[in-house]
Amino acid sequence: MKPAPFTYSRPADWGAAVALLQSGARPVAGGQSIGPMLNLRVVQPDAVADLRHLPGFGGVALSGGLCRIGAGTTHAAIEDDAVPGRLGEILAGVARRIAYRPVRNRGTIGGSLAHADPAADWVAVLPAFRGSAVALGPGGERRIALADFVMGLMETALRPDEVLRAIELPTLPAETRWGHWKFCRKPGEFSKATACVLAVPGEVPRAVLAALDEAPLVISDASALLAAPEAEAARIANAVPGLSPWRAALARTALKRAAAMVLETA
Amino acid sequence: MTRLPIRMTVNAENVELLAEPRSHLADLLRGELLLTGTHTGCEHGVCGACTVELDGAPARSCITHAGACDGATVRTIEGFEGDAVMAALREAFTAEHALQCGYCTPGMLVMARDIVLRLPDADEARVREELSGNLCRCTGYRGIVAAVMRVLDRRRGLAGPAASRAA
Ligand SMILES: Cc1cc2nc3c(=O)[nH]c(=O)nc-3n(C[C@H](O)[C@H](O)[C@H](O)COP(=O)(O)OP(=O)(O)OC[C@H]3O[C@@H](n4cnc5c(N)ncnc54)[C@H](O)[C@@H]3O)c2cc1C
Ligand code: FES
Ligand code: FES
Repeated sequence: MKPAPFTYSRPADWGAAVALLQSGARPVAGGQSIGPMLNLRVVQPDAVADLRHLPGFGGVALSGGLCRIGAGTTHAAIEDDAVPGRLGEILAGVARRIAYRPVRNRGTIGGSLAHADPAADWVAVLPAFRGSAVALGPGGERRIALADFVMGLMETALRPDEVLRAIELPTLPAETRWGHWKFCRKPGEFSKATACVLAVPGEVPRAVLAALDEAPLVISDASALLAAPEAEAARIANAVPGLSPWRAALARTALKRAAAMVLETA
Repeated sequence: MTRLPIRMTVNAENVELLAEPRSHLADLLRGELLLTGTHTGCEHGVCGACTVELDGAPARSCITHAGACDGATVRTIEGFEGDAVMAALREAFTAEHALQCGYCTPGMLVMARDIVLRLPDADEARVREELSGNLCRCTGYRGIVAAVMRVLDRRRGLAGPAASRAA
């Protein structure tokens, strides 16, 4: 099937991009989620605005303990160590397991977050970090905490006339411990349950449980999970409303395994 | 329907065409440029049959819509004539019976070449993982994996002391 007709434009700067969004155009980054949706006519925008050529759309910059990842940075760039240090190591491990390399070559971290598929990898993992999404709208820039960005199934805190410009994450000390477990029956498939645990020295450990058909569940203090993984994982998974028994079992096991990975590196 | 002017480099030739924004790169390659080596299966990014080299890296041509191609450099299966890695892969695909109907083969070869060049140390498990985005309904994958391993092994041998002596 072919997409319904749409017009195409390529804004040269961020102001033009926001103006296009204000006029109702749909932003496109790597096209790896919206491309299939267009072909299947799940979405039928009248106009699309291609963000890929915006200045500074992709790329990583470090300043004052903060790592700014351009929204247009591809999964493949992150897999290939675009982000330095311990943070980069953690993100590269996540990126490598997103979809397949040809999809990672085009798909972007910002597109993935804006798309807000509950089973997507960045959606599942980024809320663990004390970082923010940088949104640009007609009134200028604002920052949204990553833990609050995805609000539900394909629903984000982004307004229709806002473009996601960057993700800002604090850099991490080398001793940061990380556990991440993703259940898929085939590599590159969307997850059936994802959990991650981030333990930064001197900070309260955090965890996320995701791929729940809704917004990820952010556990802002995962101390109890690390103290008693078995019981806490069961308590957390069983408290998620509407999960079938097998999904709850996967969620519980993902949490337990992510916690175990952190404990093993203690 | 308004058509967009698209300028691309395809297999080292400059091409200019008019395309509907809703058409995708595989449409342009097959329908406009008659480069029918690129196949389409699912047209939503899942099967890998349409994989081509786009700006130097494998990409799905079925979900890259026309506008995004303006200014791009594309290499299709027809564009690897003088490429040594592709020649080795072609030979290995024949030797290992890595194709039957051939529908998946153009995408498999583009992906296989990327694996060989990007992951020179890959073992069989990694090759399987990297090929997991290319579906084949015929072979059961064994021959394809063996063909990629054959080329990787040969190159690992060549990159050893013998090759540096020869150079
Ligand atoms: C076969 C296949 C398998 C996949 N498997 C996985 C997987 O296992 N895990 C996973 O996480 N993902 C997977 N994906 C999705 C992939 O990761 C996409 O790259 C990603 O979801 C979207 O990124 P994109 O840059 O391509 O965004 P696009 O498809 O271009 O856009 C996606 C959505 O976000 C909006 N958008 C994009 N960028 C911005 C921005 N900067 N500001 C505001 N809005 C924006 C668009 O309007 C659109 O609604 C898969 C995709 C395919 C085709
Ligand atoms: S036709 Fe493009 S991935 Fe299937
Ligand atoms: S050889 Fe027939 S699909 Fe692969």
